[in-house]
Amino acid sequence: MSEIKSGIGRRTFIGGAVAGAAVTGFPHIAGAQAKVIKVGMPTILSGRVAILGTSSIPGVQVAFNAINAAGGIDGRKLELVTRDSKGRPDEAAKVTRDLINNDGCEIILDGEASSGSFAVHEVIRDLGVLCLHTNSESSTLTADPKQKVKTAFRCARQGIHDAVAGGSYAAKIAKEKGLKKWMTISPDYAYGRDNTAEFIQYAKVFEPSIEVVDQLWPKLFAPDYTESITKTMQVKPQAVYSALWGGDLVAFIEQSNLYRVFQNTAFFSGGLGDPPILTAIKNLPQGLNTAYRYNKKFPDNPGNEQFNDEYVKLVKHEPTNWGWQNFVAANFVIEALKRTAGKTDGAALASEVSGMQLKTPLGVGGTITMRDTDHTIINYPVAWGKTVSKAPWVVDYVDTEWSKILEIEQQWKKEKGWA
Amino acid sequence: MNLEALASCLSTSACAVTQVSTALIIGMLLFMVASGLSLIFGVLGVINFAHGAFYMVGAYFAYAAYQATESFAVAFLAGALGVGLIGILFERFIMSRVYGKDVLMQLLVCYAAILIFDDLVKIIAGPEYKMMGMPEAFALPPLEFGGGFVPAYYVFMILASLAIGIGLWLAIEKTRLGKIVRALAINPPMVSALGINTTMLYAGVFGVGSLLAGIAGALAAPTRTLTPGMGLSILIESFIVTVIGGMGSIVGALIAALLIGFTRAFGAIGFPLFVDGLMFAMMALVLILKPSGLLGREPAR
Repeated sequence: MSEIKSGIGRRTFIGGAVAGAAVTGFPHIAGAQAKVIKVGMPTILSGRVAILGTSSIPGVQVAFNAINAAGGIDGRKLELVTRDSKGRPDEAAKVTRDLINNDGCEIILDGEASSGSFAVHEVIRDLGVLCLHTNSESSTLTADPKQKVKTAFRCARQGIHDAVAGGSYAAKIAKEKGLKKWMTISPDYAYGRDNTAEFIQYAKVFEPSIEVVDQLWPKLFAPDYTESITKTMQVKPQAVYSALWGGDLVAFIEQSNLYRVFQNTAFFSGGLGDPPILTAIKNLPQGLNTAYRYNKKFPDNPGNEQFNDEYVKLVKHEPTNWGWQNFVAANFVIEALKRTAGKTDGAALASEVSGMQLKTPLGVGGTITMRDTDHTIINYPVAWGKTVSKAPWVVDYVDTEWSKILEIEQQWKKEKGWA
Repeated sequence: MNLEALASCLSTSACAVTQVSTALIIGMLLFMVASGLSLIFGVLGVINFAHGAFYMVGAYFAYAAYQATESFAVAFLAGALGVGLIGILFERFIMSRVYGKDVLMQLLVCYAAILIFDDLVKIIAGPEYKMMGMPEAFALPPLEFGGGFVPAYYVFMILASLAIGIGLWLAIEKTRLGKIVRALAINPPMVSALGINTTMLYAGVFGVGSLLAGIAGALAAPTRTLTPGMGLSILIESFIVTVIGGMGSIVGALIAALLIGFTRAFGAIGFPLFVDGLMFAMMALVLILKPSGLLGREPAR
């Protein structure tokens, strides 16, 4: 039997160590002028909420395609690299590290839902690249000063803004139509309960006569809502608020249609306004109240319609809320890169993004601002409208004044000890 | 806990009718899935953990057929027969190889099948949810009974499930083929010794069990969103039904499914926070007091 030589040569060892470090340990060091600027996106691409990721990606691609067609940033093209976290926060953190350390991504667009975003946030705190969270609506991510990371921003709607806008709208309708007896039907998990509590809290602030007579909490991803619907028929509320979303909301509305629930009950939904949801419902009742998620006619300008058309060319449906948020986030990145002349250093890009007033067709008055104090966007559409049975599916949008939202947000922050 | 509301509901005909119909809607669909699971276990002695995936495939077949033809009858047949055929192929090429093996091996094979079916659906139909929508014939105002309201489609669903359940029971209890199937469940070597092709019978029974899952999927498709993996939640409830009713008993499955339906319908009124808890408590109680289930066969000594 021949003897196995067990020693490792010095050169082999050094080579292996360098390769190992490159793969596992140290951040990828890109060439000063690598031809392509890689932007990484951890997101959810499988499971029941895959639409979060699959509708986020084309939003970024519309923006990147436009800048690349115009020659890129000083001749350097932008490339999006995506990874599936499967909706698991630990996986989101892992793939974010992989994107930066192994795939050479110099910027992160975090397309995770809230639970994953907090994990990505900590990776960014550690590695210091520019990151824009594009889908997390959790207010805590940016409102709590303890969470602040110098190079991390949120380019997504935020729970507190939605609650104020939704509460204000609901109170107005309640006052007009005398809707005092309310009920809520929301999914039984953190987002469903928090979102519902905030909506009702601000609806009552603006219209104290609102009384919540019952609250139902069907399970997240429940296939059947019959018992909740028939319970609603027994309680006979004048209005229902629901934080159901996605396929759950589609099933709920279709099943409610069988009982003609919406003929006598006003319905308010934070999640109905996404075009793929509106079009998935085969018999969309008229007059349901929904928060703006996306609409090619709102804001009503040619730039928005162009974004919609470019998006539809990439996928077979109109943009979702996540679609426009990622489109705007990609444009924040592009604008920052232009201002740094293609320099991808996290601190340099962050100082450009902070306080940036981005001209975009999706903004109120054509601008969305990345607030420098807490790294989150303001002046995005927070309108509510009513459904109609054909395209554009939602009409009569009523916007809430941002000055009113900011004033109440400031009070809310003080109550939380964050301002 | 709001027992006052529950008592008030039971004393009002409108509320009682609506909630009883809710119980039947939930229960009869569950019965369709659980009866197939129970039939397969009763005759073949295997627990088909992939049964929920068959329910999902039935729903997608119905959806695809409805998209192509806009006929609910065609959609229903496509869901039922398509899954019945898949069940026969699954039994012949996969499950028959693990008969008599450790239950863990059967579980692994079925789990692999679940993952494969889920991924195939994702590849073919996409990861996003789908909604078939209500067929034109059923797009009617809800029917009124004693002040309570029941949607026309749900009346059809309840009656169709009941008719299929009765037909299945009659086929097993009152026909020669049913007698052979019952004999097969008790003594397969004797049935084989009488010159009956037991291999074909096994495949046939598995096919019928699967067909029932396909029917449930097709019946659910007009009112539920379709997603890859949608079979898991109904599989869990079906197991509760089969454990309570007794593995292998069709009538037991019906009683247990209705028990679950009534628990959920009236629980939503009286004890909304303990509906799931009560369902599992009932299952635990049956396992402790009568492990073979309400109408299950006691194991031979």
